Amino acid sequence: MRGLWTPGGAKGSDANPVASAAVTAVEGGAPMLAPGLSRGQEVLRVSGVRKSFGQVQALDGVDLSVNDSEVVALVGDNGAGKSTFVKIVSGVIPMDEGELYMHGARIVVHSPNDAARLGIRTIHQDLGLADNLGTVENLFLGRELYRGVGPVRWVDFGAMGERTRAVLSDLGIGNISDVNLPVSQLSGGQRQTVAVARATLDNCNILLLDEPTASLGLREARHVLDLILRLKQQGAGLLLISHNIRQVFEVADRIVVLRLGRVAGVFDRSETTPETVVKAIMGRQ
Amino acid sequence: MRSEENIGQRGVGDVKVAAAREVRDGGERSAQLQEGQRQPGTSRAGGRQGRVPSWLSAIVEQGTAMPAVISLVVIAVFFEIESRYFLTGSNLSNLVVQTTTLVPIALGEVGVLLLAEIDLSLGSIVGATSAILGVMVSEVGLPWWLGMIIALACGAAMGAFQGAWIAFIRIPSFVVTIGGWLGFLGLQLFILGPQGTLSIFNPQVAALTGSYIPGGAGWIVGGALAAAVIARALLRLRAAGGRRRFGSLALPALAAVLMVGVVAILNSYKGVPTAFVVVMGLLLAGWWILQHTRPGRNVFAIGGNPEPARRAGIGVRRIRFTAFVIAGTLGAVGGLMAASYNSSAGTLTGGGTLLLEAIGAAVIGGTSLFGGQGTVWAALSGALIMSAISNGLDLMNASSPVKYMVQGAVVLLAVTVDTLLRRRAGRSRRLGGITMSVGAQ
Repeated sequence: MRGLWTPGGAKGSDANPVASAAVTAVEGGAPMLAPGLSRGQEVLRVSGVRKSFGQVQALDGVDLSVNDSEVVALVGDNGAGKSTFVKIVSGVIPMDEGELYMHGARIVVHSPNDAARLGIRTIHQDLGLADNLGTVENLFLGRELYRGVGPVRWVDFGAMGERTRAVLSDLGIGNISDVNLPVSQLSGGQRQTVAVARATLDNCNILLLDEPTASLGLREARHVLDLILRLKQQGAGLLLISHNIRQVFEVADRIVVLRLGRVAGVFDRSETTPETVVKAIMGRQ
Repeated sequence: MRSEENIGQRGVGDVKVAAAREVRDGGERSAQLQEGQRQPGTSRAGGRQGRVPSWLSAIVEQGTAMPAVISLVVIAVFFEIESRYFLTGSNLSNLVVQTTTLVPIALGEVGVLLLAEIDLSLGSIVGATSAILGVMVSEVGLPWWLGMIIALACGAAMGAFQGAWIAFIRIPSFVVTIGGWLGFLGLQLFILGPQGTLSIFNPQVAALTGSYIPGGAGWIVGGALAAAVIARALLRLRAAGGRRRFGSLALPALAAVLMVGVVAILNSYKGVPTAFVVVMGLLLAGWWILQHTRPGRNVFAIGGNPEPARRAGIGVRRIRFTAFVIAGTLGAVGGLMAASYNSSAGTLTGGGTLLLEAIGAAVIGGTSLFGGQGTVWAALSGALIMSAISNGLDLMNASSPVKYMVQGAVVLLAVTVDTLLRRRAGRSRRLGGITMSVGAQ
């Protein structure tokens, strides 16, 4: 999957000098999943993010960082600000205050397209798949590959199919036997897989997963957790939003607890227990 | 059922931090998303559904228009046996020419139905554009080709007007096109004026539906199409690694035989009607756009679910707008055909059951009313079914009341059978893990 296909990339600078400068900086940086990348480099840092909706202070100065080859879990009760945080980082809503850095360079994210250009990929809870299309067409949705003779060009299903199979096998997925079957006919775990494959198809520095296992049975959830671990092995930085403490402890390296819009604690997985984390979530220190 | 299983499974051994309500809500929401995605092997009803014969599911899978093509063959055989006149050259020629008004409109409907929209104004656009053609050619005295171009441009403009309302102001297409239906009908009546009918005495306009291409050219066109269908089937077979199933060759072969047979019968009369060649050209262009271009493929994504399409950076509004412009233009093509066929434009042109026949044709052909599913061939096969029934009943001297009732029953029956087959085939496919051919239909 590395360098398989790069879209228009940083072409559109959107009349935003900060963002475009940052894009250039990022472009020069190492791609995700590059072999031999030194581990533990900071991919994304969020500093002092505030956001209020009217009277409600949803986020009140949140700091957080994610390194490559690292899974950071973001946990918290309802209303803790997890979704708001994801939406801000993925460019869906603007923040009131705060800064984002990628590979140490300041970035500005105004829209989901900005985020995608910067390699911030988000898998929302609804996965954002086109149910009536197959895996191949979902992976290349809106960025279909073309071939052609002279001015006559047509969608290259063959090449898209091949790349899809390559990406799936890179992710260690052999359980989607038919890449043209409408994804509505796939199981929940397989759909999650398709969403992950789409997010990591190109230019992915950090992957945000919003409750990836919430709708899945045990076996399916296991499959997704394995996928997360494999992405981590390949060098990705991952931010996992989850309610499921047990699963968080299976895959996360660090656990960040949000409570009422503030970071209520950052725990190293190897040095803490589920009980401690739950207490932090509940605010019973 | 599924959601209960899910919640049950989730609960096992999980340390839940969220309030139980949230978990339940989340579970149910996702269960709804998951509906119909039962994993292979988990369906308890599997044994019963496994009985769907493979040839049947192959027919359904082959292409959404296939059941309609087979229905068409059955209808043709039935009327041929009953009337002994149905498959004669003159009758078939007449039937094909009659259909050329309906097919472009049905094709326009397919385009908007794929986006989960609808266009109820196409009948009025047919009427208004035929009146415009009449005025331009008969009263203003413009050459026939300029009159046709103006009529087509007016159709496109009407489509663009509605498309702008639908795509950019986001008014439901149902409402906008009801407005268009009434408004363009008013325009049609205004153009026609008090006498209500405009005769069009123009040999070129009449030739659109009244001329035939030479027999040899008919053979070349028909033969080329048949060869293309067979070649495509063989290529797909190769791409699928030579895994042959019933339908991978038999159905394209049937289609090829039908094409050659139709050309043979039409040539025994006067030849293949020019209008039919025009219509086939439109269908081929539509097929190419929908299956092999990026905007075309994106139509299916938007029709399935516009939100992921929008998030994937697809210009949803632009595509919606364009679909209505194309539908309006195709409505104008229908208007040209109607004006040519009747040698006049009247207040009744484009009225009556024409619009609903076009929507019916698209749906009979296998286009979903809910978007994201269908092919351009639905327009042809569905329109031919509608016209064939009407034509066959005429041959049997059936009265109008009987005709309408039979047509109504056929629409209902065709769509029911199609829906049931599709549902069962979908399930058995999930169970059996049959591999579909590469590429979309």
